[in-house]
Amino acid sequence: MPEEKRHPAARHFGAYLQVLPTWAVLGLFFVLPLVIMLAISFGQRGTYGGLKPIEDLWAYVASGGFLANYRRSIEPLYLSIYWRSLWMAVVTTLLCLVVSYPIAYYIAVVAPARFKNLFLGLVVIPFWTSFLIRTYAWMLILRTEGLANTVLLATGVIDQPLNLLYTDFAVMIGLVYGELPFMILPLYASLEKLDLGLLEASLDLGANKVATFFRVTVPLTMPGIVAGIILVFIPSIGQFVVSDLLGGAKSILAGNLIQNQFAVARNKPFGSAIAFELTALVLVLLFAYAMYTKRKGQEVLL
Amino acid sequence: MSASEFSVEIDHVSKLFGDFVAVDDVALTVRRGEFFSLLGPSGCGKTTLLRMIGGFEIPTSGAIRVNGVDMTEVPVHKRPINMVFQAYALFPHLTVAENISFGFRYKNYPHGEYEQRIAKAVALVRLAGFEARYPSQLSGGQRQRVALARALALEPQVLLLDEPLGALDQKLRKEVQVELKNLQRKLGITFVFVTHDQEEALTMSDRIAVMNAGRVEQMDTASQVFEYPQTEFVAQFMGASNFFSATVRSIAEGFLSLGMSDGDSFTVPNPGRVAKGDEVRFVVRPEKLDLRSRDLSSHGIPCMPVTIEDRVYQGVSTVWVVTSAAGERFVIYEQNEQPFEERGKFAVGGTAYLCWSPRHTVLMRPDTAAIPVAGPAPHA
Repeated sequence: MPEEKRHPAARHFGAYLQVLPTWAVLGLFFVLPLVIMLAISFGQRGTYGGLKPIEDLWAYVASGGFLANYRRSIEPLYLSIYWRSLWMAVVTTLLCLVVSYPIAYYIAVVAPARFKNLFLGLVVIPFWTSFLIRTYAWMLILRTEGLANTVLLATGVIDQPLNLLYTDFAVMIGLVYGELPFMILPLYASLEKLDLGLLEASLDLGANKVATFFRVTVPLTMPGIVAGIILVFIPSIGQFVVSDLLGGAKSILAGNLIQNQFAVARNKPFGSAIAFELTALVLVLLFAYAMYTKRKGQEVLL
Repeated sequence: MSASEFSVEIDHVSKLFGDFVAVDDVALTVRRGEFFSLLGPSGCGKTTLLRMIGGFEIPTSGAIRVNGVDMTEVPVHKRPINMVFQAYALFPHLTVAENISFGFRYKNYPHGEYEQRIAKAVALVRLAGFEARYPSQLSGGQRQRVALARALALEPQVLLLDEPLGALDQKLRKEVQVELKNLQRKLGITFVFVTHDQEEALTMSDRIAVMNAGRVEQMDTASQVFEYPQTEFVAQFMGASNFFSATVRSIAEGFLSLGMSDGDSFTVPNPGRVAKGDEVRFVVRPEKLDLRSRDLSSHGIPCMPVTIEDRVYQGVSTVWVVTSAAGERFVIYEQNEQPFEERGKFAVGGTAYLCWSPRHTVLMRPDTAAIPVAGPAPHA
């Protein structure tokens, strides 16, 4: 075989050439911005925004001044914001999972075949509207004179309007609503492949329906569950539009903090530092997921 | 629990899917420790009937009893029955050992017995050493055996098998047939086996129910079904499609005289459901037909003149295809007892006499579509 007689380096060169476009795109639009962001995060804010020029680089590095933004980012005030963001993202993800599983199960397993595409379409169609507009729609529903309060008052369930908008509850609704399809679709993909004969086999072996669900259905759809969790958790933890619009001034998440540093406080270095920390956290989680799927011998979905 | 003679009783069970009648008023009984086959073409209702015994479908009407206990509406997981599925349905995320022990907790086996029970099950199907493998790491035949071990490990009173050999190649299938039959004999568990392969059913079964369009056409021992098919459908399904017409000339004590259209007549045992003057149809199995150069009718042996259409040499046997003057086609299997060259007495295109022994004449009744089954009928 002539292919095998070629010098290994020559063979590798051909392979490298083929992946070059991929690397170029990733490098230009992903790695390079990240490197720039990392570099900025080591700087200091100038008097009128922008970056303060560094006079003596060696002294700056030696004094540890380049880490000032990172030191500041772990002050208790900011830690409490990260903690809140993390907490909100975790709850959002779990709520999405609990709401999505029955929906995905229904579409993939229970619904007649001719309705499947219709139902999937209904899940996806809201995406054709801007996310911003959909979030504004929630404001109209949740505000004091909004749809929710009007209906509840009219039906006599409550006699005073509830304070729904600008609460954590509103933020949670907005987050769960926005991320729902990212959970439903991977779950659907997993459930679609589920061999229903296995559920019959489980019943045949003496497991009731609940035991069958937890011993057969859940383990076999684990790739979809994990993919959905990642797809929902990552945008949730960086989210700032929803908390801005539905949470008001009281609800600050990590995403809002970063956005504020760039747009309001004009402190690019500090914003970059927090953004970089968040990115690092996400990368660690993705790496853990890749390790998990590799160990399980499953296909990596992301 | 009443000690019923029967392991499975199907008491006038019907199953409708919308307007479609999948199983139509089937009544049959499976004896304890019996290897019982449901045989028929696809769509005949055999799998639906099996799934009703397993509890995966609920009968529209009728009752199912297992060892005398009514199981008609007992949910799947509470039945003392296990099933070997057509595609095996092994859990891909569990090892062989985990698949086998999946149901142990529902049987309340003590934890300490798990190891020993798994070992016993894998030994039974000769898969010791494969306990830690995943189904994806096994061959088709090995998966089939794991499915069998998993079902048998729960010590069911009845084992249901839904075409479990369908996915195996011909050679392996023959081996597994024998193995399965031996296993059933050794364990003494009632097996209810679904297949569309008549040879498979004949090889393994104590008794066979041949099904057609949701009805049981005939329920009998393997040899009775093969040699004395009761209806044209069963005869055809068993590979005996030599149908003849005759008129009942007279009925004497235990016998009746059949007259052929050419005026010949011969005497056969009376199956007891015909009257004088009736038009009847009968079948003679291909291996029971004989080609002769002389007409033997005068000796009481029914013969009819035929033209030889084709001769196919098949090694052990020769297949002859002949047609009668009325244009009916008949097939004859002849054992090649003598060298082929010495047996060239009949040439394709020539004429001969098609003869058979009166005792191999099997009278047909109409396909069961018209008559409900009333237990095994007397035989010729």
